[in-house]
Amino acid sequence: MELSNIEKLLERYFEATATVAEEEMLREYFTKEDVPLHLKGYAPMFQYFSVAKEERFTRQVPLKPRKRSYVKWISVAAVSILVFGIYFGRSYQEQKEAEYAYQETKKALSLLATNLGKGTEKVAYLKEFEETKQKIYNRN
Amino acid sequence: MQQTEFLNVVLPFKDKLYRLAKRLLVSKEEAEDATQEILMKLWSKNKMMDGYNNVEAYAMMMTKNFCLDRLKSKQAGNLKLVHSNYKDENVSLQNQLEVKDSLSWIERIMEELPEQQKMVLQLRDVEQYEFEEIAELLDMSATAVRVALSRARKTVREKLVQKHNYGIK
Repeated sequence: MELSNIEKLLERYFEATATVAEEEMLREYFTKEDVPLHLKGYAPMFQYFSVAKEERFTRQVPLKPRKRSYVKWISVAAVSILVFGIYFGRSYQEQKEAEYAYQETKKALSLLATNLGKGTEKVAYLKEFEETKQKIYNRN
Repeated sequence: MQQTEFLNVVLPFKDKLYRLAKRLLVSKEEAEDATQEILMKLWSKNKMMDGYNNVEAYAMMMTKNFCLDRLKSKQAGNLKLVHSNYKDENVSLQNQLEVKDSLSWIERIMEELPEQQKMVLQLRDVEQYEFEEIAELLDMSATAVRVALSRARKTVREKLVQKHNYGIK
């Protein structure tokens, strides 16, 4: 490439108005050996960027297979089952208790009813007594 | 996403993450730790990764934020980043004019730049990102990126000339 071109590109490079492709051209130019003396000072800069791009991340990253999340979900499920179990078990027990109470009240009420029946029987006698009493009154 | 699939997605840009981390944190170990951290974070939410159309940009952003946080916490704790991958300047005093040394000079010069300029220079001159991409990544306007880049390049040139002259003397 022509020297004047390179100088122009350099100027644009330092003003940061060159495109990526033009900067690539500069990088290429300066990695070659035959750079004129007055431009040689720029060479390390461009060479450095090329070298810096060669750096690699070599460490092996231990990626754990996501087993842990399974365990997490299982534990969540277990806890929720437990909570629901306690809740529903409780309500079931309550229902039974209520039924028992109902039966007991029913029993008590029926007991009351039979006694009441006995009472009315006795009252029936009273009625008869009243009637005969009236008859006797009327006769006199 | 399976592990191999994940690695295939990550493979093309994991070096870029590492290089950005190293640019910011300087220390090789720190940068490796940071990159590992980022990759593991990505892996842990790789179900969501399908939703991102540009995983690379997302990962770069994560790396940037992670490293800046790291630097901030080190600063707050009044700790200096310790790293052992400095080259001893004096050993090669005689060969200072050799290209290899000039390259490590540039690395040093870049270390002295403010973080933003460091990142802009790294992303543009090493990774060849477009201005728009850099702007989005660093949350700057494209014009600001241009200005920072120009400033960074000129600083590097200036300091390079300075060191070069010292070398001659």
